[in-house]
Amino acid sequence: MTVTTSTPKSGSTQRGNRARPGQSSPKLAYLPIIFLAFAIGIPLLIIVVYSFLEKPSQGTGVKWVFTTENYKALFIQQKLDGTTALDTRYLKVLWTSFTYSLITTTVTLILSVPVAMWIATRDARRRTLLVALVTLPFWISILIRTYGMRQIIADEGPIGKFLGLFNIDWSILYSPPATILGLIYVFLPFMILPIYASAERFDFRLAEAAYDLGAKKLTVVRKIILPAIRPGIISGIALVFIPALGSFLQSDMLGGGKTNMVANVIANNFGQARNWPFGSALAVLLIVLTLLFVLIIQGISQRRGDKVELV
Amino acid sequence: MLAALAAAGALLLSACGGETTADSGAGETAAATGEFPTTGSGVVNVYNWTDYIDPEELKRFTAETGIEVILDTYDSNETLLAKLQSGATGYDVIVPSDYMVQQMVDLGLLQNIGVRSFPNGGNIKDNLIDVYWDSGRNYTAPWNYGTTGIACNFVAEPECANIKSWKDYFTAGLPKMDSLKDQVEVVSAALRATGVAGDDLCTTDTAKYIAAEELLAGFKPAVIESDGGIERVTAGTSNIRHAWNGSTHRMTVENPDVQCIYPSEGLNLWADNLAIPVGAPNLDNAKIFINWMMGPQAAGAQSNFSGYDNGIKGSDAFMDDSLKTDPAVVVPADKEALISPLPNCGEEARELYTQVFTTWTTGQ
Repeated sequence: MTVTTSTPKSGSTQRGNRARPGQSSPKLAYLPIIFLAFAIGIPLLIIVVYSFLEKPSQGTGVKWVFTTENYKALFIQQKLDGTTALDTRYLKVLWTSFTYSLITTTVTLILSVPVAMWIATRDARRRTLLVALVTLPFWISILIRTYGMRQIIADEGPIGKFLGLFNIDWSILYSPPATILGLIYVFLPFMILPIYASAERFDFRLAEAAYDLGAKKLTVVRKIILPAIRPGIISGIALVFIPALGSFLQSDMLGGGKTNMVANVIANNFGQARNWPFGSALAVLLIVLTLLFVLIIQGISQRRGDKVELV
Repeated sequence: MLAALAAAGALLLSACGGETTADSGAGETAAATGEFPTTGSGVVNVYNWTDYIDPEELKRFTAETGIEVILDTYDSNETLLAKLQSGATGYDVIVPSDYMVQQMVDLGLLQNIGVRSFPNGGNIKDNLIDVYWDSGRNYTAPWNYGTTGIACNFVAEPECANIKSWKDYFTAGLPKMDSLKDQVEVVSAALRATGVAGDDLCTTDTAKYIAAEELLAGFKPAVIESDGGIERVTAGTSNIRHAWNGSTHRMTVENPDVQCIYPSEGLNLWADNLAIPVGAPNLDNAKIFINWMMGPQAAGAQSNFSGYDNGIKGSDAFMDDSLKTDPAVVVPADKEALISPLPNCGEEARELYTQVFTTWTTGQ
């Protein structure tokens, strides 16, 4: 409906209203903005409101009575013996999520920089093919891929059978390393692609020039290449770390379903524990921590003068 | 409570009783009501547990009645309740367990359909009529029922022979152990292991929960998951599992090394039911579906698929011998005293269950 109005009429060119190349009417953005406001804003609002309500005595949902108990319960535990104590259970879960995400981000970064650089230095036709290969996993549902990963790394899977030939014991499935492996596998393309996007624009003659002028190889990497691809690296870190923090599937399916990431605890509160208000409070805490992380990244990139906008 | 316990005992005694009054009973009731429809058109939306209904039987239902079945699945009573309470009205038939039926009736979520006036209403096993969650069977028809015990691969894990109780299970500390992800089952088993009697599982005595929490603190299974246990045990990924008896039966069929263990402190008996939620769009089709499933042949075929016994008289004539002779399914006489139904605990006890379960899972 609004789409028609966003197409500039031919007559408007004469008044100089026609958008300059690379620009367009802001009206084009209205529909997606309205959609996002509904699809993200309203659920977010519901979560925040629920987190300040009581849970009903029966069934699921909320009771419309204001309370701040849900937030207190994140940090203070009413122990079964009647005493209260600092509740480290959820802090530990958050810490676990944080370390898993950090390891995932670090490993994907180390793996992605050489891959992205290598792709960027191929000729145009092969570049297109290689980028398509990196995005190939997106063609298959993440659930199916995680099931696939489970078959591959299972004790009796291909790796286990192969290592069994040499009498090497292979047992990784249903452990934290399996969860992290699953996270690395799923998030690797999200690191490669932005770094590649930066590297592709890099003029490699600059590196050659630096080398010709006597810079050591490591100096070229440190002083010429890394600064050039830094915006891509920062985007990649944000694209991997933030979703990894809220991951659910990998710890559920590869980690043996043991609740060790914050999203699993949130899911349990909306499911079996039937405590939507507390689950909401935990979700709000996760959102706040994520936002904090985004602001930190943005602060770093702005100080460096990189063009990375996350908020 | 005592009545329910007595019913549970009787129910298991007759588990393989072979009553044959089904046909006459059905005929009488059908004559009384006269106009119960047996065929229809359109669809019936069935919302059932995962991997719990025989697709072949659904085809047979459609062939006989002209009604197409649209199946959707869930993984826990709580998921079902959440979906209904969030306003989903698209379902015609749901399959809640005992305690959940009582909660749903209290919340006004189920329709009073007078199941015993159905043509097949006389087929309900006597001891499953006056159940605590729906006395007289106004809201629900019986579906499958079973117990929750331990499945163990006695060849891959010789220690199975030493596991006689929940306490042994929780303190075994063996590799390849596998737990249900079900807070009622896990915490009630831990309560039993620390000395709480089967009829006291809704206790609000916090000291008992502290003991259960301490026991569970040392229990670190390799897997905590309700789904996929059959595959894991038959593939050898897991050797010992807290398991529903129908799952154990299906494991034993795949791998005879896997046998059930009846823990000495007792086991939970649960019973699932067919019900029609308020607002069901195809009420007549839903009634036809429930009535059809209460036929002995359909109920027997369903048991063959799921591995659980059912609440329909005469269905054992249609049940596989492997099912009727498996001690996991048909409780041996000397174990009957161990079985007690899972009660519908009050809010305070449920809160304590959540506490213990959360501490356990977050401490893994």
